[in-house]
Amino acid sequence: MNPLSVVARTVCNLFAWFLAIFGIYVIVHGHLTPGGGFQGGAVVATFMAFLLVAHGGEKMQSWVRKDLFTLMECFGLTLFISAGLLGMSKTFFFNFLAKAGGVFGGVLPIGPNAGALNTSGTIALMNLSVGIEVVGGLSMILLYMFSAAHPQEPMGREESGHDR
Amino acid sequence: MKARIFFLISILVVGGLLWSGLQAVHPFGLPNGTPMDDYFIANAQGEAAANNVVTSIVFDYRGFDTLGEGAVLFTAVISVAALFRKRGHN
Repeated sequence: MNPLSVVARTVCNLFAWFLAIFGIYVIVHGHLTPGGGFQGGAVVATFMAFLLVAHGGEKMQSWVRKDLFTLMECFGLTLFISAGLLGMSKTFFFNFLAKAGGVFGGVLPIGPNAGALNTSGTIALMNLSVGIEVVGGLSMILLYMFSAAHPQEPMGREESGHDR
Repeated sequence: MKARIFFLISILVVGGLLWSGLQAVHPFGLPNGTPMDDYFIANAQGEAAANNVVTSIVFDYRGFDTLGEGAVLFTAVISVAALFRKRGHN
């Protein structure tokens, strides 16, 4: 697939970053607002979809490293399982960090309240790990399917008439 | 012939167990019991210290289910990578 025109590329370059920031917000605030790791990870993965559609597969393959996304996926799943295993003194997936102080151990008042980011124990940690896993996995799927759908992509077909 | 008799007996046994299990299901059209919902609404905020009760159910009370979802995603990525990998390229 050829790269899109310079207008579409500029708009995608700009808005991909907004999408990534919104997805990271959804992941990090998973225990306070609707959303969570899966949904926010899917939003962050649209970053890759935007840039793939705008710039074409050939350029993206040279920009990104698939190893990084593989590493992100494996790291996320491992972090998730180990967060579940660490509560093994009570049960599997016991929320051992909740209300224990520290980074994720804030105490909430019961009833309607404004919420705080440092509450909810392992829930926030698991949201982060699932978000990392989904970002890596969906970006890998996008890259693999894109490179398979357009196997022999001609180089140097980028529209350059308006650029300079 | 022996296999047919075995299948018939097993069908009868499984069907009888299913029928006897169906007798304990609450009558059609009545609302479900809500003790579990009431427990989550009353205690989730205090136990998990998260404002979002849905997330505290998904990641805390049913964390094992979410682990399965993550494993499903992992398997899907591996399947796509195996399906679309480049031939003749190491």
